[in-house]
Amino acid sequence: MPEVVTFYLLAGLAVVASALVIGQRNPMYSVLLLIVSFAALAGLYIQLDAPFVAVAQIIIYAGAIMVLFLFVVMLLNAPQEDAAEWDRAHPLRRPGIARFGAALAVVLILQLAYALMRVNGLEAPVGSQTGGAAVSSVRELGRVLFDRHAFAFEATSILILVAMVGAVVLARREDPS
Amino acid sequence: MDLRVGVQLAIIGLTFFMLINASALLVLAERKIMGFMQQRYGPYLVGPHGLLQPLADILKLLMKEELRPKGADKWLFTLAPILSVTAAFAAFATVPWGAETTLFGLLDEPVRLGVADVNVGILVVFAITSMGVYGIVLAGWASNSKYSLMGGLRAAAQMISYELAYATSLAAVILLAGSLSLREIVDTQASTWFGFIPRWYVFLQPLGFIIYVIAGVAETNRAPFDFPEAEQELVAGYNTEYSSVRFALFPQAEYINMATMSAVATDLYLGGWHGIPFLDQYGLSWVTFLLKVGAILFGYIWMRWTLPRYRYDQLMGFGWKFLFPASVLNLLVTAALILYFNA
Repeated sequence: MPEVVTFYLLAGLAVVASALVIGQRNPMYSVLLLIVSFAALAGLYIQLDAPFVAVAQIIIYAGAIMVLFLFVVMLLNAPQEDAAEWDRAHPLRRPGIARFGAALAVVLILQLAYALMRVNGLEAPVGSQTGGAAVSSVRELGRVLFDRHAFAFEATSILILVAMVGAVVLARREDPS
Repeated sequence: MDLRVGVQLAIIGLTFFMLINASALLVLAERKIMGFMQQRYGPYLVGPHGLLQPLADILKLLMKEELRPKGADKWLFTLAPILSVTAAFAAFATVPWGAETTLFGLLDEPVRLGVADVNVGILVVFAITSMGVYGIVLAGWASNSKYSLMGGLRAAAQMISYELAYATSLAAVILLAGSLSLREIVDTQASTWFGFIPRWYVFLQPLGFIIYVIAGVAETNRAPFDFPEAEQELVAGYNTEYSSVRFALFPQAEYINMATMSAVATDLYLGGWHGIPFLDQYGLSWVTFLLKVGAILFGYIWMRWTLPRYRYDQLMGFGWKFLFPASVLNLLVTAALILYFNA
């Protein structure tokens, strides 16, 4: 019973915080709410008996990436978003590209609902596919990551490197001479 | 409730109490040692040899008026110091500070000295300390003042830069110990080489230890790396607009972070509570631990009052161009040697 209570508390916190992230006018609050959402997610990982994943979630997302986010938001000192005229209109009545975005959002929600309905039908829990203990022990996790999923892992790291080089190239100012 | 659970709870309470007192004692130690280094007495009037000075300081801070600038963000301005000090206390939760003890035979089964024993303990400490920077960054932003904002920005940049070197030097020790639990890491350092050299990781990881200490100074925002509050440039940096209790929480968090940093360094590199066999016999291993932590803390204070502050760009250059590559090299060499000797 206590597990169920903590699960719904953490899950509710994650959902509410995530929803509030996009509902904020002040980007600073958005960043902070995202951190809350990540922390709640880490709590869920602990409940799934995966403490290493939970701590990695806190260190990488809440600790490192969000500090970078905060840094950028502060550096740009983004003012509160002005509520423009069309911003207050109903999403579907907005001109041009915004209407397209609203339509896409509706499609995404439908897709998510469909996916969630299918998950309920699944019998086997996810852990059993990788051999139960695979996510709980750091040693096993490392073995799975660098052995079975080695290609995906290396491909991801190359992808990140490419993105980094791309960001440097795009951000670099042209030499005036 | 049986006795053992009660004792364990008492130990948790004691840990909290020790941390609160550590911050007060460190303030006094800092001022006394600073006085000594500058050839004067330091605080001397309140209590014998100024021992009650921290109490007077706290009373003074409590009595002051709490101010909040008009343009400040109401919620975040209050939240920031709370966040700072909470993260500082919470980070100590998985740090063990003594061998398992039966309290001189009082209990049948031994209890552990420390709050919690998690099998990813060292990562938990790292995760929570890295959350502590939000307090400083938010304080800087919420104050709505340019000096505070600069201080907060610097804290964020400094934290990102030095966390890398810090984590990489930790990883080398984790490789050697083959465990992420701080208690297990300490226990792998219990024996000795040739019967007299203690098997501490500081001897295997001298470079790693130096990197850890330097990165630790930067992480706790202490001089010579105290750029978030560099007073010549930024008045008082991130805490410029703070007063009274809200202000007091920032230095308290800083001193507790120092204590945590030193306790973790003791556990990782200096063999934790092992080293004085005479004390081990009588179940006083924690005295050894406190002595080692005290020595590191003295080193921190010593550093603060003898070294001049760096320049900000030098700090970033040093972190990225020297400290981080050095820690990666240290990790690679350690990994290669472990493979070589274990194969």
